[in-house]
Amino acid sequence: MLYNNTATHIRRELLVKVASMAFRGTLTKEIDRIPFEMIPKEKPSIRCCIHHDRVVIKYRLMAMLGFALEKESDELRPLSSYAEEALDRVQVEDPVLTVIDEACSACVQSHYFVTNACRGCVARPCVWNCPKKAIQMIHGQARIDASLCVNCGLCQKVCPYHAIVKVPIPCEEACPVGAISKSPQGKEQIDFSQCIYCGKCMNECPFGAIVERSQILDVIRALQSNKPVIALVAPAMVGQFPGEYPQLVSALRALGFHQVYEVAHGADETIVREAKELVERIHSGETFMTTSCCPAYTRCVGIHVPELKPYISTTKSPMLYAAEKARQENSESLLVFIGPCVAKKGEALQSGMVDYVLNTEELGALLVAKEIDIPHCEPALILNTPSACARAFPIVGNVSQAVGKKVRELAAELEVKPFVVDGMDRQNIKLLRQMVKTKPEGNLVEVMACQGGCVAGPAVINKPVAAAKKIEDWIRKGTLQIKETEPVKVHS
Amino acid sequence: MELLKNARNIHVVICSGTTCYLMGASELFGIEKVLEESLASRINLEGSPCMNLCKGGSYGKAPFVKVNDTLISTATIPKVVEEIRRQASL
Ligand code: FES
Repeated sequence: MLYNNTATHIRRELLVKVASMAFRGTLTKEIDRIPFEMIPKEKPSIRCCIHHDRVVIKYRLMAMLGFALEKESDELRPLSSYAEEALDRVQVEDPVLTVIDEACSACVQSHYFVTNACRGCVARPCVWNCPKKAIQMIHGQARIDASLCVNCGLCQKVCPYHAIVKVPIPCEEACPVGAISKSPQGKEQIDFSQCIYCGKCMNECPFGAIVERSQILDVIRALQSNKPVIALVAPAMVGQFPGEYPQLVSALRALGFHQVYEVAHGADETIVREAKELVERIHSGETFMTTSCCPAYTRCVGIHVPELKPYISTTKSPMLYAAEKARQENSESLLVFIGPCVAKKGEALQSGMVDYVLNTEELGALLVAKEIDIPHCEPALILNTPSACARAFPIVGNVSQAVGKKVRELAAELEVKPFVVDGMDRQNIKLLRQMVKTKPEGNLVEVMACQGGCVAGPAVINKPVAAAKKIEDWIRKGTLQIKETEPVKVHS
Repeated sequence: MELLKNARNIHVVICSGTTCYLMGASELFGIEKVLEESLASRINLEGSPCMNLCKGGSYGKAPFVKVNDTLISTATIPKVVEEIRRQASL
């Protein structure tokens, strides 16, 4: 689905409203008005009526305040009361996704549907071939009994009139691990013991019923506190906003971050350690190793492909190395990771190394709320530059390239053959399952949950191709800049 | 007259300030790809920092695009294309 649609628009507008109120300190006073402002009675409703629309807005806001909607116990409880609780909270929590069941339209029960093109033919191959006897002829047309249908699709294949169509359930179709399914009431629910936080369902639901639990309030409070707050900026962010990266750095400082730290520095650490690890593993006779930087992938292996676990590099992700470094330098500080990823929220919580996570959209909302225009910001001076390889991490293929290059430096005799798994759909998860037995066609397997790499993350605001180009341009320019300003080395 | 029809005289400014970008301006740069050659060659496409139209709570109307003097709010590719066509046929 396209990134920009009515559902994303509403979400972003709401985020800006919440952020503005929180910055002004009027959240508890004003938040109950938002559903009414967004859905005024003069305008036509999106769903059945404005009241339903308003309730859905209320739930969206609750998720933005950080709550799990599954836990709601009192429907009468106003947003202001949730806001109060959120403003007092000391800790954010898992799971990072939640479902707005009022927004879920409870898509079709059965995926197959007989259209009017059915001629009620004499042969009736659909009735004959249905293994569950779920098809009956009613008023001269075939009808599928949803309670019996097992979605095998045979009827569709055999219909000579192509009268049977497949109606997908977008979220279920998008989930590569079958973690989302209908409750007995027909609404979708996520089984968090199976969910890998890839975030694919979130973007595919046309009703915007699956949402992230936001930590914007926690971040705003941190920025307003007297503790130093450090932004750990994912390399993917270079491609997400207008203006150039040094301007984004200034914008973050204007927002109140004390320090802006490129996670690409962490990636440099990952490259070295992962390369060393690969050399060791190959020397000890192992046939392959996989990268470890994508948290949706490592979570997926933990839950769904445990046999692959020993093959994942034990090297930490760039975010964690960056966090370690930032903490060492300033133990009192609060760390906020900023990236286009849902799974990083999970990784941050589980590692306990990063205090909060903001996604692209949420950062955008904070900047808009504060009226900070990135293209108008003076570019910051960036003194300490990570390597070009590290800055290129968010584009698929580059992690294994970087590690491979490092291995050649460490052990020229070893041949590194990268094998890239680009995107975790069902097909590729199957491939991962077979990998232990059949061995991959390479000894360094890079896995990215999002097809294209982090530039195509679930919470991006720029198109992946455009974002990748912007990153590449910046790497070229960024390295040129250092060359120009690099002090002349004096040999002694 | 012929001359004018061939000139790049349709100026399209896509606001790329933070607000407009957040509300979807990045996708609008794909506009050249959907225009037929005869029109694409007549537009002059550029981005702009915040045009100061988004302040005072009107971010809901972003992204903003200007086609010569015509302002388009909540701009989408079809909306902008329509306006370009209109002006091209003047
Ligand atoms: S960002 Fe476009 S008008 Fe302000």
